[in-house]
Amino acid sequence: MSDSILKTIFGRLTLESLPLHEPIVVATFGMVAIGGAALLAALTYFKVWGYLWNQWFTSVDHKKIGIMYMILAIVMLLRGFSDAIMMRLQQAMAFGGSEGYLNAHHYDQVFTAHGVIMIFFVAMPMVTGLMNYVVPLQIGARDVSFPFLNNFSFWMTAAGAVIVMMSLFIGEFARTGWLAMPPLSGIAYSPDVGVDYYIWALQIAGIGTLLSGVNLVATIVKMRAPGMGMMKMPIFTWTALCTNILIVAAFPVLTAVLAMLSLDRYIGTAFFTNDAGGNPMMYVNLIWIWGHPEVYILVLPAFGIFSEVTSTFSGKRLFGYSSMVYATLVITILSYLVWLHHFFTMGSGASVNSFFGITTMIISIPTGAKIFNWLFTMYKGRIRFELPMMWTIAFMVTFTIGGMTGVLLAVPPADFVLHNSLFLVAHFHNVIIGGTLFGMFAGINYWFPKAFGFKLDEKWGKVSFWCWVSGFYFAFMPLYVLGLMGVTRRMRYFDDPNLQIWFVIAAFGAALVAVGIAAFLIQIFVSIRNREALADHTGDPWGGRTLEWATSSPPPDYNFAFTPVVHDLDAWYDMKDRKHQRPVSGFRAIHMPSNTGTGVVLGVLSIAFGFAMIWYMWWLAGLTLVGIFATTIFHTFNYKRDFYIPVEDVIASEDARTRMLATQGA
Amino acid sequence: MTDRPATAHDAHADHAHDDHGHGDDHASHGTRKSYLKGFFLSVILTAIPFWAVMTGAFKDPSTAALVIMLFAVIQIVVHMIYFLHMNGKSENGWTMMALIFTIILVVITLSGSIWVMYHLNTNMMPMQAAVDM
Repeated sequence: MSDSILKTIFGRLTLESLPLHEPIVVATFGMVAIGGAALLAALTYFKVWGYLWNQWFTSVDHKKIGIMYMILAIVMLLRGFSDAIMMRLQQAMAFGGSEGYLNAHHYDQVFTAHGVIMIFFVAMPMVTGLMNYVVPLQIGARDVSFPFLNNFSFWMTAAGAVIVMMSLFIGEFARTGWLAMPPLSGIAYSPDVGVDYYIWALQIAGIGTLLSGVNLVATIVKMRAPGMGMMKMPIFTWTALCTNILIVAAFPVLTAVLAMLSLDRYIGTAFFTNDAGGNPMMYVNLIWIWGHPEVYILVLPAFGIFSEVTSTFSGKRLFGYSSMVYATLVITILSYLVWLHHFFTMGSGASVNSFFGITTMIISIPTGAKIFNWLFTMYKGRIRFELPMMWTIAFMVTFTIGGMTGVLLAVPPADFVLHNSLFLVAHFHNVIIGGTLFGMFAGINYWFPKAFGFKLDEKWGKVSFWCWVSGFYFAFMPLYVLGLMGVTRRMRYFDDPNLQIWFVIAAFGAALVAVGIAAFLIQIFVSIRNREALADHTGDPWGGRTLEWATSSPPPDYNFAFTPVVHDLDAWYDMKDRKHQRPVSGFRAIHMPSNTGTGVVLGVLSIAFGFAMIWYMWWLAGLTLVGIFATTIFHTFNYKRDFYIPVEDVIASEDARTRMLATQGA
Repeated sequence: MTDRPATAHDAHADHAHDDHGHGDDHASHGTRKSYLKGFFLSVILTAIPFWAVMTGAFKDPSTAALVIMLFAVIQIVVHMIYFLHMNGKSENGWTMMALIFTIILVVITLSGSIWVMYHLNTNMMPMQAAVDM
């Protein structure tokens, strides 16, 4: 009797769901609990809750939301990297008689969580965060098109991240690999909660991603400063536009395919089952129709960052701007024509495989054109080897190697040998780390002074850079070798002791990357401590070329007191060239959107809804769903959506900047 | 802070008009007549396939499916014209551009999937292989 009541209340959740038998998880939980409690206590002690709530959590300011995305991404990077180093350690140990230290049950969760977290909760928030911060500034706008939607999107992404993190301590995560392919991810083979955690984390975060894509497309299309035609847009804005179009077009496919998988798991439909007319191959087909554009979603903004950085630090206009734009557009379309190269070996036959092999090889042409554009931009330029430029050069070398192994894998017969081998693992880490991640570090080092008003420490930045880059090569070059020897991915144990040395080298590389991450955190810490010495009062520390450098660092809430008028590509360089005088009078009150806590409320309700669905607590799922709709409807009756920044405030902050600039000039 | 209740427009729409000289939106908001026209067309386009299925007018199920698909596509066009007010000029041509891009992607996705799944089904499904032998 009481059993059935407990079941009604808690669904599948019992005390046995807590992984008390896994000492590693228990120890991690202990550390997280102590650390979390200390953090909460510190926040309470220093009375910053009100500040966080009013200035950050409820903020609709694109700059603050961008920074929150970056913080989320860096926190999740630590989690994703812990998974990585656990795998490297396991594979370096588990030879001969040794079973390593992770059992199969745990190891399979670790590699799944690593992939999911790194793609969805590290790379995506970083890309979205940088676009959020930079795009409105680059186009001379005061915010994005839909400021509340932006806040809501962030909290949905954060809610997804929280759900993934919960799976570490309550129940377990999927053991299926990062794309959760059926039939393994079906209810017959994965009856536990792991795949449900996966589904709900991605569905909830996916809403955020999709809406932020809609938001940024609308912003770029509708809110550009007067005079900024499409072909006068900064290249980063162009890549952001293409990325967000890809998001809007691709993410619904992921949503639909995961919804069908949920239907299979929850109500017994047979979309992707082995029997009853289902076809698991359809899942593979559909998820890669999303999955391939996804890798371009991650890498295109990085290409944009490299373009900005190369031209700024070479002191030259970007070589081949229009070819860069067209290359980006071609990649956007072509990224929809190559998805089958992820499953050449599934048996489509010669005609289909040849078609997709050729389209895949074609996509390397516009990408190669971009590399040459960056090289020609640097040619005869006065190159300053500051941190963003160093990351860019590391990218060019690393990404070219990754691109070449990619073209190799695009040849179907070669793919039949290398499919699912460590060669593939090395390839995609080569392009994602060498492309997206190096791009994000270039972007962080480049735009940090804009966001906070002081540069990042150079010494620790260099330590981080060299550890990351050399660590990357140590960690992944051995995997190419192992892949060519035929070692497949996701293995927990190896019989052949000759392979061990390669895994030890890879583990050493992972350790170097760990030092790189630590150095990055120290870099931020040291820079905050030395912020007076590193301060930038001009708003334009690098001799920038685009509009974000026209305003102060950090920019005022309203970004620009007067909307800039654009006459040329590289608008800010053009303004400096024409001896543009910053207006110091005639300010007006500025109309801005108001903060709202609705995004946070919806995020929390979504976490509860996801948790309830995962554990079959139907009453809670219903309750939170009603709550979500009620909050949404209630928010539509909120008429206090905007306010005016009084003209006195505008004058005060603009005068402060005038004085600041005067001290610089003197 | 001088909070001021907003009117029908949302915060940003006003602020964009403050200082952005972007082209005015030419999207018409429709008239009662155009809405009614759209509504009746949708009803008719829904009723015909419904009638076809309920009365079993088509003996061959695949013919019926094709006819329903055809009506569905016309229905989509009717919705786009009468309810979404799309034409070549609205939003400076952006809606048309977005539509064309969407159609390209949908065609790629559908035709590609059908092509790929046909091959996979022929080559890989165990039932099929047994029948072929």
